Amino acid sequence: MATITMPQLGETVTEGTVAQWLKKIGDSVDKYEDFVEVSTDKVNAGVPSPVTGTIRELLVKEGETVATGTPIAVIEEVGNAQAAAEPATPASRTETVQTPSGNGAPPSAVETAEAENAARGASPAVRRLAREHRVDIRTIKGSGANGRVTADDILAAARPGTATGVAPPPAAQAPPPAGAARTSTYAQPIPGSLVQLTQARRIIAERMVESKRTAPHAWSMVEIDVTDVWQWRLREKDRFERETGYKLTLLPFFIRAVVQALATFPLMNARFVPAVGLSPAAIYVNDEVNIGVAIGLQANLVVPVVKHADKLSIKGLAIAAGELIDKARKGKLGVDDLAGGTFTVNNNGANGSWASAPIINAGQAGIVTMEAAIKKLVVRDDDSIAIRHMMNSCLSLDHRVVDGYVASGFLADLKRRLEAMGPGGEL
Amino acid sequence: VAVVSADSTVMNNVEAVRATLYEALKSDDRTLIIGEDVGARGNVFLITKDFINEFGPQRIIDTPIAEASIVGIAVGMAMEGLRPIAEIQFADFIYPSFNQIVGEAAKTRYRSNGEYTCPMVIRTPYGGGVRGALSHSVSVEALFYHVPGLKVVAPAFPADVKGLLNTAIDDPDPVLFLEHKKTYRLIKGEVPNGHYTIPLGKANVLKGGTRLTVVSYGLYVHWALEAANKLEEEGLSVEVIDLRSIRPMDKTAILTSVEKTRRLLVIHEDNKFGGIGAEISAMVAEEALFHLDAPIRRLCGPDVPAMGYALPLEEEFMSSPVEMADAMRELVRF
Repeated sequence: MATITMPQLGETVTEGTVAQWLKKIGDSVDKYEDFVEVSTDKVNAGVPSPVTGTIRELLVKEGETVATGTPIAVIEEVGNAQAAAEPATPASRTETVQTPSGNGAPPSAVETAEAENAARGASPAVRRLAREHRVDIRTIKGSGANGRVTADDILAAARPGTATGVAPPPAAQAPPPAGAARTSTYAQPIPGSLVQLTQARRIIAERMVESKRTAPHAWSMVEIDVTDVWQWRLREKDRFERETGYKLTLLPFFIRAVVQALATFPLMNARFVPAVGLSPAAIYVNDEVNIGVAIGLQANLVVPVVKHADKLSIKGLAIAAGELIDKARKGKLGVDDLAGGTFTVNNNGANGSWASAPIINAGQAGIVTMEAAIKKLVVRDDDSIAIRHMMNSCLSLDHRVVDGYVASGFLADLKRRLEAMGPGGEL
Repeated sequence: VAVVSADSTVMNNVEAVRATLYEALKSDDRTLIIGEDVGARGNVFLITKDFINEFGPQRIIDTPIAEASIVGIAVGMAMEGLRPIAEIQFADFIYPSFNQIVGEAAKTRYRSNGEYTCPMVIRTPYGGGVRGALSHSVSVEALFYHVPGLKVVAPAFPADVKGLLNTAIDDPDPVLFLEHKKTYRLIKGEVPNGHYTIPLGKANVLKGGTRLTVVSYGLYVHWALEAANKLEEEGLSVEVIDLRSIRPMDKTAILTSVEKTRRLLVIHEDNKFGGIGAEISAMVAEEALFHLDAPIRRLCGPDVPAMGYALPLEEEFMSSPVEMADAMRELVRF
């Protein structure tokens, strides 16, 4: 018998979700044949079987998330089938006493004693977590030394989709009305209920906290006259869409101005490197300009990266961003699409926002937003009054890396470059 | 990957101590060195070699074999405005000066109601694994970290040696600066040029990890790191914290890590009973009990009077990276 464990898909990945079993119990599987689809952070991957044989046990339910290294399936190898042809012996004493004829039979004395022992030997962390997650320690099969129930076992049992281990809600709480078994989800939240986090949602939460806690955020905003670039875009957009299949938005114009401003202020395209071991804290100035584009999906946020954005024309940027946005909406972004960002642009104005204070993508020095372009009455330099398209651009910066002097210089440069674009020219 | 500045020099721990002392003597006339063989002999590890030629016998003071006097004289100098750096040739010889350190230096500020302070550093090489036997192997940190008013520092890396020694010299109160003698020439690393300081009481998380927190200091930091990297290859993720400063102790770093990993192993060369690990264990039990998923473990020197000279005895006293890896593995799997 071969016990298959949750593989580590990526160097920072610590857990995986069984998205789909591609084989049922009893199915045969060839070596290197995918038998399960696992989803992590943002990628899905098939997992090949390391042996040829027959699936005997599937230990994790679809939708369940477990730590890497956790057993997920047992495969009986070809050649060993003979030895195991006997009816499977029950795995533990507990199971042998668990199958009396009466369905609601009280647990046997042996079973109760073992369960009580498990509860008594529980560590302080296990007791606390069991209490917090309303998990009955006695119902958990321990993965620690000598079957000890560990803190991770409690957390695994408390995760949604785990059938065992979750104690019934307290009696004081009214039972949900019959037939109303709909689960509360991020897309369809039910008031007064807990929405269980998807893995992506949980990672977003962790990274936001991490960034906000470690990087001291400072904030600044400029107002940019985008009338000319707006007209340029209007003039080109139909032809562009016809020729390339992608919509021409203000985004590539903006990214172009951003990468030019980053070239003038390389410290904005950098990251803070905390002291590690022998190396004192430092600032790493990136030698590539890779622009992350924040894309909000219904339940999720992804930031695919336009690589070497400084080497692309406005047209090139429009196509590259268009491809990434397409992939994001179809859930087809790969690891490479998401890695390597050095600075982030957030097109927050698409939904009408006029100003925002974004959180920096951890490991970068800043994030800049495009807010909604709004027609305004503007007093121009020659004291004339005009109706112009005005757009705010907001910058959050890691104050460990840059100060207001550099940041406002960057914003002013960005403004100057964007205002100089259009109303015509080569895309 | 940190950017290694062009403004740095590769040094071992001896060179880092020497360079830092030299800069301190150059930059502040109040600084002076006092101890056995620090002058004509230039220190037994040649840390102060030729200093006497440049700074003269008034500032590089050779003393008789009289540790109580070395520290006692330094206490008086410090109280009167000088910045003495006293050297105890080996930590094993520090006992005669115990009263001067604990009874005088550490209590000066309190006793004078803040009118006097005692801005002095006591440097001393400590620790074993060098066939030093009974009188050249001892770890003395636990004897001193109990004492309020005294700071105890034990760096592991050359860059930390410089930054922490600079801070110790600047400190308005006495600092016991412990240098593990086996790391003296064994450990090399980049040391930034120019003057910089590292605050006392800030631990360094050398390696992040999720399954176990290992706290150590001095020589054993290097071996613990080696063991943790071995476990990483086995898929067991271990966090390694270099305490750097024993008192003040960075409780936050330890608690933050233990709350994440739920398991704690303290490793030190000094005897187990009443050692640094005892304080860390008690502190974690008091403040993070409900995060612990396994008993706190200590891997420490045995409770015997001294490290033996015979190699098997020395090896029995010292922990090895293999033993450290075993202890980590056992605790992760608990």
